[in-house]
Amino acid sequence: MTKQTETRVLLQDIPVSRQPDASIAVVGSPNSGKSTLFNRLTGLRQRIGNYPGVTVERHIGTLKTDNQKIELVDLPGTHGLSAHSLEEHITVDVVLGRIAGTQPPDGILAVVDATNLYQGLYLVQQLLELELPVLVALTMSDAAEASGLKIDIEALSARLSGVRICPVVATTGKGINDLRNALVELPGQPAPAPSESWPELSSAARELAVSATVPLRPAEIERLLIDGPIGANKHVLDCLGENAEAEVQRVREQLFGFEPPLAMEARVRYAWVREVLTEVQNQVPVFYSWRSRLRSWINQPIPGTIGLFIVMAIVFQAVFAWATPVMDLIDNVTAILGSMVSNQLGGGALSSLVSDGVIAGVGSVVIFLPQIIILFLFIILLEDSGYLARAAYLMDRAMRSVGLSGQSIIPMISSFACAVPGIMATRVIPNRRDRIATIIAAPFMTCSARLPVYALLIAAFVPPRDIGFLNLQGLVLFALYMFGIIAGVLTALLIRKTALRGPKPPFALMLPEFRRPNIQTVLLQLYARAKIFLYRAGTVIFAVAVVVWALSYYPRANDIDPALTANQAAAVQLEQSWLGRAGKFVEPVFEPLGWDWRVSSAVIAGFPAREVVVAVMGTIYAVGDEADESTLSARLKSATWPDGRQVFTLPMVLGLLIFYACCLQCAATLAVIRRETGGWRWPAFAWLYMTSIGYFGALLVYQLGS
Amino acid sequence: MDNNCRVLSSLKRGQKAVIAAVDPSDPQVQRLMTLGLVEGAEVELAGAALGGDPMEFRLFGCGISLRQEQARHFTVSSLESGD
Ligand SMILES: Nc1nc2c(ncn2[C@@H]2O[C@H](COP(=O)(O)OP(=O)(O)OP(=O)(O)O)[C@@H](O)[C@H]2O)c(=O)[nH]1
Ligand SMILES: [Mg+2]
Repeated sequence: MTKQTETRVLLQDIPVSRQPDASIAVVGSPNSGKSTLFNRLTGLRQRIGNYPGVTVERHIGTLKTDNQKIELVDLPGTHGLSAHSLEEHITVDVVLGRIAGTQPPDGILAVVDATNLYQGLYLVQQLLELELPVLVALTMSDAAEASGLKIDIEALSARLSGVRICPVVATTGKGINDLRNALVELPGQPAPAPSESWPELSSAARELAVSATVPLRPAEIERLLIDGPIGANKHVLDCLGENAEAEVQRVREQLFGFEPPLAMEARVRYAWVREVLTEVQNQVPVFYSWRSRLRSWINQPIPGTIGLFIVMAIVFQAVFAWATPVMDLIDNVTAILGSMVSNQLGGGALSSLVSDGVIAGVGSVVIFLPQIIILFLFIILLEDSGYLARAAYLMDRAMRSVGLSGQSIIPMISSFACAVPGIMATRVIPNRRDRIATIIAAPFMTCSARLPVYALLIAAFVPPRDIGFLNLQGLVLFALYMFGIIAGVLTALLIRKTALRGPKPPFALMLPEFRRPNIQTVLLQLYARAKIFLYRAGTVIFAVAVVVWALSYYPRANDIDPALTANQAAAVQLEQSWLGRAGKFVEPVFEPLGWDWRVSSAVIAGFPAREVVVAVMGTIYAVGDEADESTLSARLKSATWPDGRQVFTLPMVLGLLIFYACCLQCAATLAVIRRETGGWRWPAFAWLYMTSIGYFGALLVYQLGS
Repeated sequence: MDNNCRVLSSLKRGQKAVIAAVDPSDPQVQRLMTLGLVEGAEVELAGAALGGDPMEFRLFGCGISLRQEQARHFTVSSLESGD
């Protein structure tokens, strides 16, 4: 590559230098395929899944053409412009241009699920009043076709003020080119006429807009009329000039009479939708075939509930049974690599840094990649098939008995991958009390960072015996997952009965149709999440491993008895290193749990990110290798107290597992709890609460067991 | 019971009905109305979870689940027989 092209590439990558030519918001009902379409158009990899509420944030991407750069904004799904929960507020605020420091969009890409025109067209009516150019993308046109549904695009467009409608299949990319061309032409086009569904409301809003002191869009005034002067609508009222309050009140009475405005809006607009539907679609979409058979089977209470448990049991079984061969391979490769490096580089500091710090430290975490991929694969399959929403529905009754609703299930199941997206997913829960109780329960779910800790200890200390067709190791893992679920649910119950007492939350959830997971989608999602795991291993864990290695390698002992064997000398060196001294200092706190100073210092190093503990153990036990063991689990087994007793006894290991099942060793989770609850109170509580349960749980198990 | 005056939660599996009236005073019910559960909409009971609650309805081809106590706010008429 010449110098010149290099510079050009660099300049292009500087984001500030090129403003987008226009910004288009992607708006639609939940689960209508917005993010899939967004990913297609921008080449980005936002999360997608077959349940409502996947996207809970605003994501920005660019659509590049030969001479234009258009900014696309992917938004959370919403049923209408009256927001009920946090993520809906985000969409409404963007669409109405209420986000501070940003312009309202220059156009709207309305995403409508062809198999759910009923709800989709409700929202489109409101979007037509924004006085912005609108383009409709009709997604899932493949599913519509498969179910025999025919939609008269021209007739539909005629009823929607003549806006352009592009049928697409977002998952395969069919029709995307047409859509892209239409999108490029969208900004600057005239806004469509207001929807004909409720002319009284549209004209009342337009009349009021005339007297406004600042230009207002009819949609904003409609929201003021319907939702009343609350929240951001107060500002709209202020902009309407003096005496507006009385005038707005008069118009509201005239329009709505005694009916609640929102109810009237729903009644009027859906009546119009039904009228349009008889005109443009040949039938109500019905899904015969395997979908409806699967659905009616799952809808029977008992098979549905048993099915849920079978699905979960298979997941844990698979995590152990299928991953082992690949893991053994990685394990052996790291061991061979480590000894190769020490042979090549001799015995100096550099050799120790590479083989004990980097390879033993980072390698001991990377080894769990196969298990994590299997776990993620199952979670992604659950998400993309539509089963996750079913699980929420099936579990609602159980959740109700602890003061939550089925809606809390989706964040909790997402937390099995990682608590951070799980906690973000609670945004769909409208009630603040339910939301916070779910946020505090979510970190108890066994996340993928706990998996390495569990797997390491289980593989080393639980015999791989078969019990029936199940494996004891898989069973112990299953028990730990169940423990996390029960602890989380009991915590939620505790909070709902004390700090956050209140009425039981309602439950209404759109249940998506089952869909055969799309292979491409699944692989891309899997890749994105595996990358995050490896990225962490390469950054945070790598850094900690190097620091811990340095602390355990220095200062060098200079008067080691030459009569000692090399391994004994290594142990003496480790004990008088910085890490050894610090570990000895904290040992008394953890000794009642049966942890020696090495385990204690690994646990402390793991406070910012729990999987670090595995890396630190990897490094500590590699530096101070007393016996010639090649793998970490073998090294753990041979670790002893100074008096020769084994450190890792069964009660100690069980206690350690309980500690990790509870304690909140994750800075990222604490940060997201702070952001989502708006203060340090809840994260501080969660940390103290979970850490003390972990400590005392481990204490109890160890003391009872030995 | 009079077939012309029943609530949504009393439907049998597979039964279809049209929503005849909604009591909209509760904001929760208004929220359900914005999902399309309004007068004149045809609904079918597709099934229920363990213990009969929550229930799954089909509304213009898509699934929506409600608890019994919420479904009680909707009066339905012109029932077809279920299976
Ligand atoms: N058959 C088919 N499936 C699609 C199409 N578009 C999206 N999907 C699937 O529909 C599901 C929902 O897609 P998402 O892109 O996550 O939907 P969304 O609108 O972003 O959803 P929220 O963010 O939850 O509001 C996923 O399982 C997709 O694979 C399509 O055109 N055809
Ligand atoms: Mg999305």
